[in-house]
Amino acid sequence: MADHLSEPFEKSAMTNEERVKTEREMRIQFIAFAFMIALTFLAFIAVGAEVAPPGFVISFIIFLAFIQLFLQLYYFMHLKDKDHGWANTFMVSGLVLSIPTVVALILIIGVVKY
Amino acid sequence: MSETVDVSKGLPAHPERATLEGKNKFVGFWVFLSGEVTMFATFFGTYLGLRNGTAGGPEAADLFHMPLVFIMTMILLTSSLTSVIAITAMKKNQFKKMKLWMWITFFLGVAFLGFEIYEFVEYVHYGLGFSTSAFASSFYSLVGLHGAHVVFGLGWVLLLLIRYNRAGITLTNAPKFYMFSLYWHFIDVVWVFIFTVVYLMGIGGG
Repeated sequence: MADHLSEPFEKSAMTNEERVKTEREMRIQFIAFAFMIALTFLAFIAVGAEVAPPGFVISFIIFLAFIQLFLQLYYFMHLKDKDHGWANTFMVSGLVLSIPTVVALILIIGVVKY
Repeated sequence: MSETVDVSKGLPAHPERATLEGKNKFVGFWVFLSGEVTMFATFFGTYLGLRNGTAGGPEAADLFHMPLVFIMTMILLTSSLTSVIAITAMKKNQFKKMKLWMWITFFLGVAFLGFEIYEFVEYVHYGLGFSTSAFASSFYSLVGLHGAHVVFGLGWVLLLLIRYNRAGITLTNAPKFYMFSLYWHFIDVVWVFIFTVVYLMGIGGG
């Protein structure tokens, strides 16, 4: 058999074990989605209720956003899987780089100029 | 290349990374995404630095309405889930199911984009032009850049769906659909930070 690159397959080569794993993965992803919806509700309620001081609310909703980032990256985009070592390396370095970027820009054009 | 792929039993369980090309695309796409993270960070930093510079024009708290942002957030989060369902179907060689969920993802994306265009038109009517103030420019650049990513993603998935409408899941198109889903999740992650940092912080003062 030559290249089998552009023909479809009649069946999946998934073993039973892999099938069970995929089902479980799917369930976990639904739970992660439920969490994301709940976190979004929480963030909107925290701002809409106007009961806590703004400083506290802002740090709270940013914290919630980081949890959502974690859920998306690790569960929806599979970064938690073992064969994602390089993907993790790149993503984490991108995130680490972006923190000083944001801080520096706020300081330079926000605090110094304004 | 494909002699290392065992196709005798059917579609491999991870069709997106079965070939060397798929593996390369996978790593390359993550490099691209990490670059995107840094690029969006510069836009976020600029917005955060300039958001109080309204120059007498409309302010964030006058413009933003929570219900609209909430609906947009829900639409985009749901479209992220539907693309997860599509990719799970892809791994199981269920082509029709994958196509269906990809189309649902596409239409949710279109709905999101419609709301965003409506939103921008409203703001312009309200007197927030692109060059009205530093806040206006940085707001439109950041949210518009995200919108441009949504437009690109929609064009991407539309092309894939039309081109491979009857192809079935192959080792050539599986990586393409998979990379699209990664891209789409990434857009969703960026939106999570936009609704938090731009909209909720704009409404909640601070």
